[in-house]
Amino acid sequence: MIFARVPVQHRRLLPDRRLSGPTPWVIAILMMLTLLAAAGGVGLARSADAIGEAIAGRVTVQIVTANPVLRAEQAAALRRAAAAQPFVRSARAVDPAELQATLGQWFGTADGDDPVLRSLPMPALVDVDFVGEDRSGHMGQLRALVAREAPGARVIPHADWLGPVARLIRSLAWIAGGLVILMTLANAAVVIMTARAALGTHYATIEMLHLIGATDQQIARLFQRRITIDTAYGVALGTAVAAAILLLIGWQWSRVTSGLAATASLGPIGWALLLALPLLAIALAALTARQTLLAALKKIL
Amino acid sequence: MTATAPGRPGGAMVEFDGVGLRYGPDAETLSDISFNLQPGSFYFLTGASGAGKTSLLKMLYLAQRPSRGIVRLFGEDLGTMPRQRLPGFRRRIGVVFQDFRLIPHLSARDNIALPLRIAGVSEEDLSGPVGEMLSWIGLSERAHAFPPTLSGGEQQRVAIARAVIARPQLLVADEPTGNVDPEMAMRLLGLFEALNRLGTTVVVATHDIHLISRIDNAQMMRLEKGRLSDPTGALRYPPNRA
Repeated sequence: MIFARVPVQHRRLLPDRRLSGPTPWVIAILMMLTLLAAAGGVGLARSADAIGEAIAGRVTVQIVTANPVLRAEQAAALRRAAAAQPFVRSARAVDPAELQATLGQWFGTADGDDPVLRSLPMPALVDVDFVGEDRSGHMGQLRALVAREAPGARVIPHADWLGPVARLIRSLAWIAGGLVILMTLANAAVVIMTARAALGTHYATIEMLHLIGATDQQIARLFQRRITIDTAYGVALGTAVAAAILLLIGWQWSRVTSGLAATASLGPIGWALLLALPLLAIALAALTARQTLLAALKKIL
Repeated sequence: MTATAPGRPGGAMVEFDGVGLRYGPDAETLSDISFNLQPGSFYFLTGASGAGKTSLLKMLYLAQRPSRGIVRLFGEDLGTMPRQRLPGFRRRIGVVFQDFRLIPHLSARDNIALPLRIAGVSEEDLSGPVGEMLSWIGLSERAHAFPPTLSGGEQQRVAIARAVIARPQLLVADEPTGNVDPEMAMRLLGLFEALNRLGTTVVVATHDIHLISRIDNAQMMRLEKGRLSDPTGALRYPPNRA
């Protein structure tokens, strides 16, 4: 049994001291770091997924024909032709005003009304979203279409320039996952050290209990209960602090609505994982304590 | 060398046959120990300090396995007995330690109740025997006192009460009267004798030669430099009162 049930009268066999040693505090710190790392990992993984999904089937065709009239005609023709293809979900010619407004942010004019900006030769852009998973096949078909409708235009898959960012974010998520595993192992190590220290401290009591006929299971349950309670205190404290930090970050994050930051969130599975982690930590501590104690008690006659 | 020949192997509660005990690489603490303890008998174990009395008692109360030879308790070979069966055997043995070994954060009452609680006796069922025992050792008023607040004699009485509360089949006592006045020593010895009459085999290690003469039919084993001698010859043909 993971959570040891010990008769009330037996509980007094160990001195009743709560939060007296470093264990609950160390576990509180580890739990807080574990939850923050897990939250970061889940948020980053979801962000990477969102970016990946967004860019995987999107292509921008850049038409750079010098003649502006011909360029606009090519863009319109390409949009119509692409929209008619079964492998295309949507095709949209980017409005030159939208393009100028975007560039205007960099030129310091919000509406793009800048003489220098207006004098720049702007390419015509057509955004194309594919359907289905056959990205490379669709790309070949689109290239053929572009060669027919707008010779010389460049086909730019979004994955080419946002892919490395998504991969970086995914790597960070994996690192966060690794940190969660390491801190879980550290948690278990703390419990093992605590169990061994407890056996050393109470060796005389253990020897006495053995000699009057107590079984290893009876003795292990006493210590397992104590260590589980200490761990639960630490986990509760660490979870409370982590929750406060996450709520604060969440509140600040909610005010960031642009760019990649907007893609990061925990989602229901992420929240469920964060809620499960403290319970798993307590269960792991109880199990680790039990195995450590039984292994150590076997060495005593 | 065998100091005393084994008696009747069939009915013995404890049998030692050619037992030796060594701690680490040193010379043997006990050598060639052979004897039988019959059910319902009373034995004194004597010998000078360092002769090996406590080591011999440790093997009797299953705190130590022999380095060689055979130790049988209640007909079972200790050398081949699986570890998980030891608790069941230990519950049949009461031990009075020389240094009492009371659990300091438990009251006198809880220390005495410990063997019954470990054996799974309910609180309702154990309160009667524990109260009786406290009364008998004269510590009813101090039932809730903790060992560090008790005198040496009081601690010893609590230790003895704890050893006998579960009515063990074998009672092993290491210098049980060392810290009590002569009157209490006689009362405690009377308790041992009463238990012995009820069928408990009693082994008392003591320096007090006067104590030995107080118990009728008690037999004496003597340890000298780790070897057992049988000055009275009683161990060869121990009386069987069972």
